[in-house]
Amino acid sequence: MGTASDIKLINEDGLRLDGRSADELRPMKIETDVLARADGSAYIEWGGNKILVAVYGPREAFPKHTQDIDKAVVKARYNMAAFSVDERKRPGPDRRSMEISKVISEALSSAVMVNQFPRAEIDVYIEVLQADAGTRIAGLTASSVALAAAGIPMKDMVVGCTAGKVEGQVVLDLSKEEDNFGQADLPMAVLPKSGNVVLLQMDGDLSVEEFEKASSMILEATKKIHKIQRDALAGKYKAIALERSGE
Amino acid sequence: MPRDEAGILSEIKRDFILRRLKEGKRGDGRKPDEYREISITPNYVPRSPGSAMVCLGKTKVVAGIKVEAGEPFPDTPNQGVLTTNVELLPMAFPTFEAGPPNDTSIEIARVVDRGIRESKMIDIESLVIEPAKKVWIVFVDIDVIDFDGNLIDACTLGVLAALKSTIVPGSKEGGKDFPLPIRNTPVAVTMVKIGDTLVADPDLEEEQLSSARITVSTTEDGHIRAMQKGDVGEFSMEEIRKAINMSSNLGKAIREKYFK
Repeated sequence: MGTASDIKLINEDGLRLDGRSADELRPMKIETDVLARADGSAYIEWGGNKILVAVYGPREAFPKHTQDIDKAVVKARYNMAAFSVDERKRPGPDRRSMEISKVISEALSSAVMVNQFPRAEIDVYIEVLQADAGTRIAGLTASSVALAAAGIPMKDMVVGCTAGKVEGQVVLDLSKEEDNFGQADLPMAVLPKSGNVVLLQMDGDLSVEEFEKASSMILEATKKIHKIQRDALAGKYKAIALERSGE
Repeated sequence: MPRDEAGILSEIKRDFILRRLKEGKRGDGRKPDEYREISITPNYVPRSPGSAMVCLGKTKVVAGIKVEAGEPFPDTPNQGVLTTNVELLPMAFPTFEAGPPNDTSIEIARVVDRGIRESKMIDIESLVIEPAKKVWIVFVDIDVIDFDGNLIDACTLGVLAALKSTIVPGSKEGGKDFPLPIRNTPVAVTMVKIGDTLVADPDLEEEQLSSARITVSTTEDGHIRAMQKGDVGEFSMEEIRKAINMSSNLGKAIREKYFK
């Protein structure tokens, strides 16, 4: 994790810099069908994160050697815009974004019914327009909405959240400052129906008890986030129904 | 993880391994939480200020450390720098290709790096020559020379042994040579899920059969310093708890046997 700082991240009342309590999420908004060309798309705002996701496919996997004769390959590409962070980020994939793309692809593959599309690929393009801690989880959460909006069969959505440790306390949904100066970061994503974990990373310092607390906070939060995902998708079809009834 | 040349495991082998697991045994006779034999040769490359060769079963890696003076990162002017790189050499496996690192080798390097970095194993604050201007940069490079599964753990063992034998060439910067200051020993333990069974230190066949992978790095205090779930499958929370416990126990045993 980051270096020590003099900023007090949690005040005497147990509130965080942005006024949240330990288990409170930042404000979140998800929209679908924000792009015209893509087969499915979604936009998420989560705290200061602004992330677009476009889904293309299933389509023939290319190059050919990437084809799987039994199933579709989910290829997620996580990318941070050059202007998404304080200092300009050099465009193009770096080691961090390649690792994130890999774990997001694997998490989404667990949910998508890949066996229905042998030799195909499903492309998920994640563009972080503004980064504010928790981008991989926000991107993954929006990706599963975009896949659903594209009509791709899935056994479940993928819902993620982070937790971490700040000044010795376990807190939910780290802010930028907490991410930079905190003692641990735990991004996790689950399939809400089974509660099974499809993405899990952690760095920092957590005791086993702290991990238990952090992961149960995340599981509780994913229920709320899952509802926001569902509402976004329901909103899409409500709008279509309204349009139809007006004809 | 890479598959074999054909990309598949023969059905006869698969059935054999699955049948044995039902009896609580693995293909090679190990128990689910049993590690393969580890052999560590420190100072394997004496020209390097720190190095080690590690055999984990038939998996072989060579870790080499170079320590050079250089500029610190602007946001950490009072810290040395640690960088970790893993080379999956074509000699190690039929489908490994020469060229720039791919996402597999990047993931391995980053998970190994995270365990070392987040445990604060190296006291990087003591690697400053002149604040904001000159610090020691610790380059960790790992060659994978023979591949039979579980590269994350093999590479971590190599790095631990290599760092512990590393001498910082302080005399090149007008000081004295000194051993790299080491605080603790973070051991990474990787487990995969085959059917419903969690097995530690998977060999290649087990990796090919598994649905999901999890790595947990722990230190002496039993704290978790890094975790990474990999591959397409799923873990229940109960399985993750079991993995953390297994890693903590195996980590302790490895630390006591090889890094006392």
